[in-house]
Amino acid sequence: MVDEASQSHTAPPTRRHGRLYRINNDDWFSSTLRISILLLFAVFFGLPLLWLLLVPTKNDAQLSELAPLAFGSFARVGEAWQNLLGFGENSVARWAWNSIVYTVGSLILGLAVTLPAGYGLAVAHFAGRRLLIWLTLITMIIPGSALVLPLFLELSYLRLANTPWAVILPAAFFPFGVYLAYIYYATSLPKDLIAAARVDGCNEWGVFYYIGLPLSRTLLGLLTFLSFTANWNNYFLPYVMLNTSTLFNLPVGLQVLMTGTAALRPTFATDLPIYRAEVALAGLMLVVPIALVFLFSQRFVISGALTGATKE
Amino acid sequence: MTAKNISAGHLFVLPYTILLFAFGIGPGIYALIISFARFEGGRPQFFQAGLSNYIFAYSDFRFLPAMQNVGTFLLISLPVGVVGVVGLALLLHMRDGNFATIMRTIYFIPGAVAGPTAVLLAIFIFDPNISPFRSLLQLMGYSVVGDVIRPENLPLIFTLLGFFAGAGGWIAIFYGALNSISHEIIEAATMDGCNAWQNAWFIKQPLIRPYIAYMLILTFAGNVQLFAEPQLIAAAGTAPISRTWSPNQLSYEFAFGLGNFGAAAAISLLMLLIGLVGALLILRATTIFRVDAAHS
Repeated sequence: MVDEASQSHTAPPTRRHGRLYRINNDDWFSSTLRISILLLFAVFFGLPLLWLLLVPTKNDAQLSELAPLAFGSFARVGEAWQNLLGFGENSVARWAWNSIVYTVGSLILGLAVTLPAGYGLAVAHFAGRRLLIWLTLITMIIPGSALVLPLFLELSYLRLANTPWAVILPAAFFPFGVYLAYIYYATSLPKDLIAAARVDGCNEWGVFYYIGLPLSRTLLGLLTFLSFTANWNNYFLPYVMLNTSTLFNLPVGLQVLMTGTAALRPTFATDLPIYRAEVALAGLMLVVPIALVFLFSQRFVISGALTGATKE
Repeated sequence: MTAKNISAGHLFVLPYTILLFAFGIGPGIYALIISFARFEGGRPQFFQAGLSNYIFAYSDFRFLPAMQNVGTFLLISLPVGVVGVVGLALLLHMRDGNFATIMRTIYFIPGAVAGPTAVLLAIFIFDPNISPFRSLLQLMGYSVVGDVIRPENLPLIFTLLGFFAGAGGWIAIFYGALNSISHEIIEAATMDGCNAWQNAWFIKQPLIRPYIAYMLILTFAGNVQLFAEPQLIAAAGTAPISRTWSPNQLSYEFAFGLGNFGAAAAISLLMLLIGLVGALLILRATTIFRVDAAHS
């Protein structure tokens, strides 16, 4: 905050001289107001997750008796972890593994389809190219959840419902990624280099393999980030597609923990050792990986969203 | 371009085109077909139903309340979202520095929370006995979680959840847009006597309007599809909440509760149409997306 104050060169020096006192007074008031509002929202956004991190260290009684940000004990975390792993014959470990398989599967398949498509749209001219870009833009802006039930109808007709493919294949369709790849290749691929490679006898796949791919590192990072964060938390699609519990991913599994145990509903008759701490731990398994990725890649979100933006 | 080129271009986009038709356009078309099919013993009799599925779905006693619920949610969540995000982005951008960066990151992290985790967090946070905001909740006269998570509070609760998880991402995007405003414009306004607040409101805010429109329409399209939050909050059973609170839930109920996939498709199509209109509005109203990047 000291930094903040020292940077307040908002008015040019010539004017500043004459009205020094008034400007400083204004500055002080507006800085305080600004910082107070921003800090208030920091509590709104920050406190719930900080608090959630501490939940597994406490038992149900301690959650209401201790202060909100009090630390319980590490032993309690270990106990909660054992209880969670013991739930329904390793279900949680199974769900976590499924989550990884589905997320990585959609990612790899998605990249294998998305990169050539974006490249093709950017460098080649072919019949139907504009139509394909328009369809990409339209499907990319329609939220995925709008298509889930129709997708289920289609995939159960094809007898793919209740298989891992029902989650992996639709998630590998990544129109936003294709659009980003298209913009990326269209704006950053040196045209002369492509022409030179063609003159040297490279066919179109060779140009893509030897020139397009090696120049795609930033793009790959961005696409991986976007696909991973979207699919790790995927709930609606697997919830509708899967009905064998060994096929569930973590979000659907978390729902089982929330609705099928006494953790959140004390009237539910069961002697399973699943309490708030255990459910919170399962929730953290979903939140923490993404939160860590977010912490280090905020710029990806910004550059992703601003790609293609017209700058005057 | 040579013939070799044309075929290569098609090969590059072929796998994607297959996925686009299978999972982007196909489901919409298949839903359209299903909505005119009659279901007997779980097997579709195609083109046998006429408009009966539409009439059945739209005249169901739960249809209007579900549309009203989502309507109320939109009326609250859109203004709160836009005002909150634009306001915070402008406040942050008034002065660049470590403080702004740290705040921006704190606002951004909850984006990791989605679906079941968001509902889990809501059930914890709105419980006056364990919440980190428990003194505030108790001050407001609440004593158990069922007092807070009540049907009439749901639009506000979903708004808070959506803002908690979604605002940071939009703030980051708006911040990026604000950074691309030329310094000369801001300096000129400052010379003319604008203070930081006037600069934010009269100079910066109008310049990021295309992004505000983009956010508004995208949030609208997403919020109309509300499913996971009401579904989970009803299933968690902390309060008596309808399992057909939103239209998407009603569609789910038609499909899996009644086995009437035709009626489910009729609702899905209506929601899809709303989303599509939103999508086309974005493409028309903003200059954010480009079709011809290659030739510009």
